[in-house]
Amino acid sequence: MSATRREFLKIAGIAAAAGAAATPAFASFIPGNILWPRGESKRDEAYTAKRWAMVIDLAKLDQKVVETVREACHAAHNVPDFLKVAGMGAGEAKRSEIKWIWPAKYESAFPNDMNEHMSANVTQRPVLVMCNHCDNPSCVRVCPTKATFQRADGLVLMDYHRCIGCRFCMAACPYGSRSFNWYDPRDAKDPKTLVGGRAVDPGFPTRTKGVVEKCNFCAERLARGEAPACVAACKNNEMVFGDLSDPESPARRLLRERYSVRRKPEMGTGPQVYYVI
Amino acid sequence: MYDKGKVITGLAIFFLVFTFPFWSNIGKTAPMPERSLDTPVLQEMAREAGLDLEQALKEGAINCVEDKDYIVSQHMHLLNLWRDSVVRSGNRMYAGAFGKRHEMSLSKSCMNCHSNKKDFCDRCHNYMNVNPYCWDCHLTPEQMGTASDAEVKQ
Amino acid sequence: MLDKAIKGSKLYWWWLFILFGAIGTGFLAYLYQFTHGLGETGMSRDISWGIYISQLTYLVGVAASGVMLVLPYYLHNHKAFGKITILGEFMAVGAVFMCLMFVLVDLGQPMRMFNLVLHPSPNSVLFWDAVVLNVYMGLNLVIGWMVLQCEKKGDVVPKWVKVLIYISIPWAFSIHTVTAFLYAGLPGRHFWLTAIMAARFLASAFAAGPAILLLIMLALRKASSFHVAWDTLKGLAKIITYAMIANVFFFLLEVFTAFYSGIPGHQETFYYLFTGLSHHGHWYGQLVPAMWVSLILMFTTIVLLVVPQWRNSEKVLPVTLVILVAATWIDKGLGLVIGGFIPNPLNEITEYAVTLPEILITIGVYGMGALVVTLLYKIAIGVREELENKPRIIGAAEHAAHGHAH
Ligand code: HEC
Ligand code: HEC
Ligand code: HEC
Repeated sequence: MSATRREFLKIAGIAAAAGAAATPAFASFIPGNILWPRGESKRDEAYTAKRWAMVIDLAKLDQKVVETVREACHAAHNVPDFLKVAGMGAGEAKRSEIKWIWPAKYESAFPNDMNEHMSANVTQRPVLVMCNHCDNPSCVRVCPTKATFQRADGLVLMDYHRCIGCRFCMAACPYGSRSFNWYDPRDAKDPKTLVGGRAVDPGFPTRTKGVVEKCNFCAERLARGEAPACVAACKNNEMVFGDLSDPESPARRLLRERYSVRRKPEMGTGPQVYYVI
Repeated sequence: MYDKGKVITGLAIFFLVFTFPFWSNIGKTAPMPERSLDTPVLQEMAREAGLDLEQALKEGAINCVEDKDYIVSQHMHLLNLWRDSVVRSGNRMYAGAFGKRHEMSLSKSCMNCHSNKKDFCDRCHNYMNVNPYCWDCHLTPEQMGTASDAEVKQ
Repeated sequence: MLDKAIKGSKLYWWWLFILFGAIGTGFLAYLYQFTHGLGETGMSRDISWGIYISQLTYLVGVAASGVMLVLPYYLHNHKAFGKITILGEFMAVGAVFMCLMFVLVDLGQPMRMFNLVLHPSPNSVLFWDAVVLNVYMGLNLVIGWMVLQCEKKGDVVPKWVKVLIYISIPWAFSIHTVTAFLYAGLPGRHFWLTAIMAARFLASAFAAGPAILLLIMLALRKASSFHVAWDTLKGLAKIITYAMIANVFFFLLEVFTAFYSGIPGHQETFYYLFTGLSHHGHWYGQLVPAMWVSLILMFTTIVLLVVPQWRNSEKVLPVTLVILVAATWIDKGLGLVIGGFIPNPLNEITEYAVTLPEILITIGVYGMGALVVTLLYKIAIGVREELENKPRIIGAAEHAAHGHAH
């Protein structure tokens, strides 16, 4: 044991580190605190559900909406925009692009539902694509460290603290919803305030190079009783978020009233982003 | 066939090189630097208790989220617990030892009270030679726009 | 026995010097990649595994193929293979070591590597791949070392080592099967989603691995006292022939299924690899020339191997084997992994262009593997030399004369 360490332990007032009380339970025996219920809990105002799902109204999407939505999501989660980084070529920016939600062509989003002579109203509109928070997620199945996992309410999430960056999940995702941090997302010129040319939003941590990331259905916003950033950015109910286990939720209502499709349901992944046409 | 002397010398050199970080600072006895608790949020809490900061600390009117001994020696474990609760279980609130609920957040909770990262966390960590990598992703008070180092008297 | 590794000819030291050069350069390149991020490789959002994981796939095969020397000897009592099993075992150690290094250099957060152990996830094939590879490396190291030590002392190989040897045989099959499962169980990657993947992997491995071993043995005949009888090598060439035919046969099965069924998803990667794909007015077909070269070379090697005069010719066989290694490397070490990512899940195409740091790191890892194999072989040959004190032909005839029967 080094001198500094001994010094430290003296200051800390404990004789030996020896794993003393790895959980803070003993603190509850401080006189006067015995009745205080310790432990972790949800916020009172948190949104909870049995099965979260997203319904996107394709008929309402246009270039302006999809751009607004993408910007709202990417700004709220400090997703870098490498195109804005000086010194990074367009090719390199595209190769290492990070996308949580983005517009795709209809033929790319639904390659198996492409019929000839289809209405341009369908095929020419942008489709917003994102993580499908699948019921049976192949990314979770393949992750060797449980860094990506599924919560009881259906959300498929990433633990950025645990990800080793093996990218097996990227190969396993049939939707191309996952991005890898090929570079440090923070701007080399001003890492304090910029992520990929964008001002840092203090509401969410950035990521660092070498981890995979993706849409989290705004778990951090749901926890404080707010709708996902993309849904909040929609003026006209272009995206509807709700609890699929609740027949009266707006998401269920929309699914009941309109014809819906999902991306590649034949993969057996059970995608939970629905598109109504 | 084995040259025992050489093998032992080799092993000894190997051992010395690999333990260098452990014995290199033997005899370094610089005193632990002072950590400042003088931040706007803690000042405000003291004022609400009708005391000045020093008194409030002495009387235990203002406290950390856990008992002092515990937080000093175990804050890294507490942060891991917070991290796992938030990220994996979706619980964001923590009932602290002193009858208060805290949001389990490194940047929004710890660093709200301890907004003087440089004069608090960093001083101790520099002295102890630990360098948490959390700030690769988590935002410092400076980045959050809540830093108070400038106001701290040296 | 370790001292054998530090006594050698000038040639030996020059070889080590070259290997250390490659390793050093690779290490510097890795530092560069580590500080700048994996963006310094040719990989991208769409092609998220590149040459590193390709090499892993190829080398798992090389490692597994060691069993092709062990199996005939221990299960079929094919005495001629007795003296060369150690080469297969030590080659397996080097190859698995390279596999693990290729995984390591491919990780985005290598410092967190131990999360694999801290949070074991039995549902992940990668977890099992790490398990079977590490165990296989351990098995071969222990077996090779113990057998050599017994040989040196003139002892009989202990029972427990024999048990390990018998375990190592199915284990060799398992490492390549599990590696194939990395690919064959992923929804939405049509090129990989095929039940025959593991069989195809094993076939190509049992062709390429023994071919590399055979080439090494031919080199050792020239450069050292380790002389393997030509008859033994001919036996090995026969195994290579069967494996290569199976490999090409399996490939043709894939082609049939894709093109007779006419399902676009199953065809697209084949088109990308062999004709190129047009997409939004742009033609993508970077790998087309290489894939055709590979295919033609594969058929060529089959002809050269099937005709006995050529297979048994000391002049032709080495050339055939070099061609075979090149052909299978292009197929598995390049086309299979990269091709599987094209087109991407949104039916878009991004191509892969390998970068200089990536190449240097790859060479560095091969250098490390070659170093491991060199040292182990040096020890093995040294021990044999000591026992014989004269160059000898190892083959069926003298094996019987050699004291310590297995
Ligand atoms: C409500 C405000 C508040 C919050 C939130 C808070 N602290 Fe504290 N912290 C304090 C106060 C006040 C003290 C001084 C306690 C004392 O001296 O008894 C303190 C003391 C400490 C100390 C001991 C300092 C020393 O040198 O003795 C450490 C370490 C510490 N806090 C870390 C943390 C960490 C880590 C977090 C987040 C998990 C955190 N604090 C959250 C108010 C807070
Ligand atoms: C009294 C000194 C002291 C103070 C003040 C202090 N720390 Fe620490 N901290 C330590 C020591 C010592 C370690 C290393 C413990 C170990 O290695 O076991 C550590 C480790 C950590 C770790 C884990 C790092 C790792 O690499 O494992 C984190 C995270 C951390 N501290 C956060 C904080 C934060 C945030 C603050 C300020 C709010 C803070 N600490 C204030 C002494 C301190
Ligand atoms: C790769 C980026 C990254 C690194 C490095 C990282 N975190 Fe996090 N951390 C995150 C993200 C992203 C969240 C999720 C935030 C949310 O959901 O609100 C998070 C959440 C947390 C939370 C709970 C929520 C919050 O706002 O703080 C804690 C506590 C935490 N991390 C602690 C740590 C500690 C301690 C370290 C260093 C030892 C660390 N993290 C390193 C990315 C990171």
